[in-house]
Amino acid sequence: MSTRTHRSPNVVGGLLGFAWLLVILVPIYYIVVTSVRPREDYFSSNPLSLPSEFTLEPFRYVLENDFLRYFANSVFVTVITVVAVVTASLLASYVIVRSRTRLAKFSQKLFLMGIAIPLQATIIPIYYLIVQLGLYDTLWALILPSIAFAIPITILILTNFLRDVPGELYESMTIDGANDWQMFRSLVLPLAKPAVVTVGIYDALQVWNGFLFPLVLTQSSDKRVLPLSLWAYQGEFTVNIPAVLAAVMLSALPILVLYIAGRRQLISGLTAGFSK
Amino acid sequence: MTAGQSHAPLTGAAPAAAATSADEGTPPSSAHPGGSLGRSSDRRHLQTGPSNWLLVPALSFFGVFALLPLAGVVVLSFFAWDGLGTPQFAGLTAWFQVFQDPVTLNAMWLTLLMTVLSYAVQFPLSLLLGVFMAGHQRYREVFSVLYFLPLLFSAAATGIAFKALLDPNFGISRAFGLDFLSQDWLGSPNFAFYTLIMVISWSFVPFHSLLYQAGVRQIPTSMYEAATLDGAGRVRQFFNVTLPQLKYTIVTSSTLMLVGSLTYFDLVFILTGGGPGNATRILPLDMYLTGFRSYQMGPASVIAVILVAVGLTLSLILNRVSGADRMESQMEGA
Repeated sequence: MSTRTHRSPNVVGGLLGFAWLLVILVPIYYIVVTSVRPREDYFSSNPLSLPSEFTLEPFRYVLENDFLRYFANSVFVTVITVVAVVTASLLASYVIVRSRTRLAKFSQKLFLMGIAIPLQATIIPIYYLIVQLGLYDTLWALILPSIAFAIPITILILTNFLRDVPGELYESMTIDGANDWQMFRSLVLPLAKPAVVTVGIYDALQVWNGFLFPLVLTQSSDKRVLPLSLWAYQGEFTVNIPAVLAAVMLSALPILVLYIAGRRQLISGLTAGFSK
Repeated sequence: MTAGQSHAPLTGAAPAAAATSADEGTPPSSAHPGGSLGRSSDRRHLQTGPSNWLLVPALSFFGVFALLPLAGVVVLSFFAWDGLGTPQFAGLTAWFQVFQDPVTLNAMWLTLLMTVLSYAVQFPLSLLLGVFMAGHQRYREVFSVLYFLPLLFSAAATGIAFKALLDPNFGISRAFGLDFLSQDWLGSPNFAFYTLIMVISWSFVPFHSLLYQAGVRQIPTSMYEAATLDGAGRVRQFFNVTLPQLKYTIVTSSTLMLVGSLTYFDLVFILTGGGPGNATRILPLDMYLTGFRSYQMGPASVIAVILVAVGLTLSLILNRVSGADRMESQMEGA
């Protein structure tokens, strides 16, 4: 990079960078500043001005309106889905990488194709299936299809990673008489750990942010997950925009914490499988 | 868990992986040349590897909740169903209905327009920003941290925030006292569509610029040094070194952008709901409204089949253009 930096500064690049920074920051500043603005202030003052007084009232209001329940629902759905996806995908990836049977080859092709299936387009039969299974308006209605749609990309990323493990490692363990389970526990799992973290973050974000499944497959307010609750708040608090934006802030908080705690891992999770 | 610690295993694994990928290609049996015929049971185990039963959990979830619905959507497109009763076979009725419905035909046109326009905005922006973010100047690294911020918000959160910000009475329209800003950005048939493209770019460009940043940082510095020695300026370096080296990133990012634009549902649903009139009623939204608001699941399934077909075709074409098995060969080389 040094060859590029000791020349004249890149004015065009700098200007573009600065302009984009403004585009990014104005809406974010608006969210933050409105979420601490008194309700009366919202209707009278300039939306980008600092509030006449700083208040946490909008946050209190949101928390009093079942925010924590929706948050807990989201956590429940995300945790169960990610654990199930990663477990099922790791087992399958282990077979796909190590086995030469036709079923293993076929599965690999099937999952590769599965990446291109758009989730939205299958919502009507999924709705039908969930109703038939008697799961409509339960959190399981969100979990089961979310698992299915996360499996292909998770398997792609894990197999790409496991393929780089030298075959001799597996062979030496086989000769030592290790069975599948021992091999999985003492070799596959520890070796795949970094990839599991990356892909786990990726899957978790997809589920955490998902909107269509909750919109179609749940109904009652006690089954609401966060993205749907934001939409519902917007409908309910029509005259209390500061509270709506406080909810928006709170919904982004876990990801912000993740970003601060492990920026590199969050980024590699986000771009999992796409950036190489 | 600090960033430094958490990153360590990743960097540690990479060189090992690169060093061993060559050995990987040879079949395991070659490690035991000849003479081992006596232990055929061992060899068999080495060759077939772990039990196929381990595939069952992944295959059954995927089969029941992804493949079955995929087949189901094709089947349902030949049925009449209101979402509550029992679906009744209706032949091609729904297909004829969809291709004669001006609202759906308009939705197809809007989807095409949105795909092209949002790509035209997002692609150059993401590419240039990615190159900018790849620089190691201090201010660029600070900017990069801030550029990430839109990714903290779900599509629902982004939609709701922009809906408030673009409100004609209390939003940005009165922030600067500028006349051209006081528009009903989401309520006017002239602006709503383009406003959506802006919001879509705001929320998706950060992701794609991350892909380009990673891509640019993998280009060997020596290539730029050589180009500088040859007297190539910044612009020529961009076109002769950076762009060709980013080929795979461009294909990946473009595939995600183009196929992804068939699925902009959440943002549009929250920001405009397809309105005003049908000005922003793109296909996925048309499918949802036809199915879950008008309770015409047959026609909605036809729209879904169209979405699947277009999505698969696009991915296939882009994969072909980029050379077969791009994902795998790229990963193996890394």
